[in-house]
Amino acid sequence: MQSSDKESTAGDSRRDFLKKSSLITAIALTPTAALKAAENQADERFAELFEKIPLNLTVNNKAFKTSIEPRVTLLDYLREELHLTGTKKGCDHGQCGACTVHVDGERVNSCLSLAVMNEGKKITTIEGLANGEELHPMQAAFIKHDGFQCGYCTPGQIMSAVACVNEGHTGSRAEISEYMSGNICRCGAYPNIVDAIVEVSKGGMKA
Amino acid sequence: MINFQYLRTTSAKSAINLLLKDKNSRFIAGGTNLIDLMKRGVTAPEKLIDINHVPLKQIELVGNNIIIGALASNTAVANNQIVNAKLPLLAMALNAGASAQLRNVATVGGNMMQRTRCGYFYDTEMPCNKRQPGSGCGAVGGFNRMHAIFGTSDKCIAVHPSDMCVALVALDAVVVLANAKGERKVLFKDFHRLAGDTPQIDNNLKADEMIIRLEIPTNNIVKNSHYLKVRDRASYAFALVSVAAGMEVVDDKIINVRLAMGGVAHKPWRLTAAEDFLKGKEPSLGNFEQAAKLAMSGAKGFGENDFKLQMAPNTIIEALTIAKSKA
Repeated sequence: MQSSDKESTAGDSRRDFLKKSSLITAIALTPTAALKAAENQADERFAELFEKIPLNLTVNNKAFKTSIEPRVTLLDYLREELHLTGTKKGCDHGQCGACTVHVDGERVNSCLSLAVMNEGKKITTIEGLANGEELHPMQAAFIKHDGFQCGYCTPGQIMSAVACVNEGHTGSRAEISEYMSGNICRCGAYPNIVDAIVEVSKGGMKA
Repeated sequence: MINFQYLRTTSAKSAINLLLKDKNSRFIAGGTNLIDLMKRGVTAPEKLIDINHVPLKQIELVGNNIIIGALASNTAVANNQIVNAKLPLLAMALNAGASAQLRNVATVGGNMMQRTRCGYFYDTEMPCNKRQPGSGCGAVGGFNRMHAIFGTSDKCIAVHPSDMCVALVALDAVVVLANAKGERKVLFKDFHRLAGDTPQIDNNLKADEMIIRLEIPTNNIVKNSHYLKVRDRASYAFALVSVAAGMEVVDDKIINVRLAMGGVAHKPWRLTAAEDFLKGKEPSLGNFEQAAKLAMSGAKGFGENDFKLQMAPNTIIEALTIAKSKA
């Protein structure tokens, strides 16, 4: 593809980006080799390799370094690349909460976050909640109160429940229900989930 | 999802410059609506400019204005002490929207820019003038239970889905926008637009502009204000009808009143005729009923959403009644 006088074709804009990215703060994202390749009008396919973006983040207290296509969601990165399949893909559209993880301590839907947007962040998934063999109090409370049937929504429910307690939204059963509404349970274990959260919020299930 | 280029920037100036370079680029902040639309193929930008690191997260009181940066998260605004003390209506509206997970990442600017949740807009197999101008409107004569009753056109009867924006229009917010040359201010009521013949255009933000911040004047309706949202389930659902109501009552007379409705139009719907009627009157049920009747002037149902013609005035009366009763 000739880049000189075409209007914004994909190839053109890509090379344009690689060449001119020294002007913008995004520079750190592009490996030096790629910039050199672009300056030398390197082969398009070669440049394409560098559409992957470097990504550094911490998952469950372990540092990870990778490079990744921008379109990969945090959810898919966790499941497909790190094989942390505890985080579930339910609707993949932010409607069910099964993919809930903590990013820098706050609960988010990992299906609606691009992995590259989490550069430098600390992610906690359901796999990172227990202390070795010792369950997190919320995990223990879900078992005690039978807070699930099929279990598919459970990792998301537990991650959300831990955040709900940390946020202090446990003043009443109604408040807990309101602040847990982003997590859908089609088995209908809601009353038991609320029981588990009430117990943990009152300091129960501590080791 | 179709792949795209991803750029990250740390200043509004460079964000705007990047936007100017390619008309097929988009800002991404929380991404809770944009990523969903991209997954469904409703939109496919070639470049995403990540603006999360631009320092626009401030929430502060400056003189008589509460200033809220475009990148403040919905949670940060809803939990903020100044907001809760001076603009409880805004905090209530924010907490009525989405879920805790979404509010943690969704931003003020993104909330304003979110697209309608009309099923025909989301389904790329269906006609939709908003998604594909000229393809027709599936909702007129189709499934239109969630749709508009005010300000509709034969091209589009979609509603703006935000709760936050309903409170902001009632609070006389001002939006500060910037392009490469400088800033301009737009009244919140003039930010979003009616569908008319160009439903693909949701608002008056220009292609070279970025939302920078909101400026919201303090008011005297703090004590007696309420956001009432009616929806299909108790939480985490879009509004069928919502009402932001606030009033200042002195000696049993309404001195100031603000009323706006959500879920009923292509933009947050300020109820000026009802406000004008209520000013100087007693905050009585009879007057609330009269105001609600005035507010419904020009409303039109499309079949499945005919129930809103009754639900909307009922919600106005109830919201006013609750607002008044707050001590």
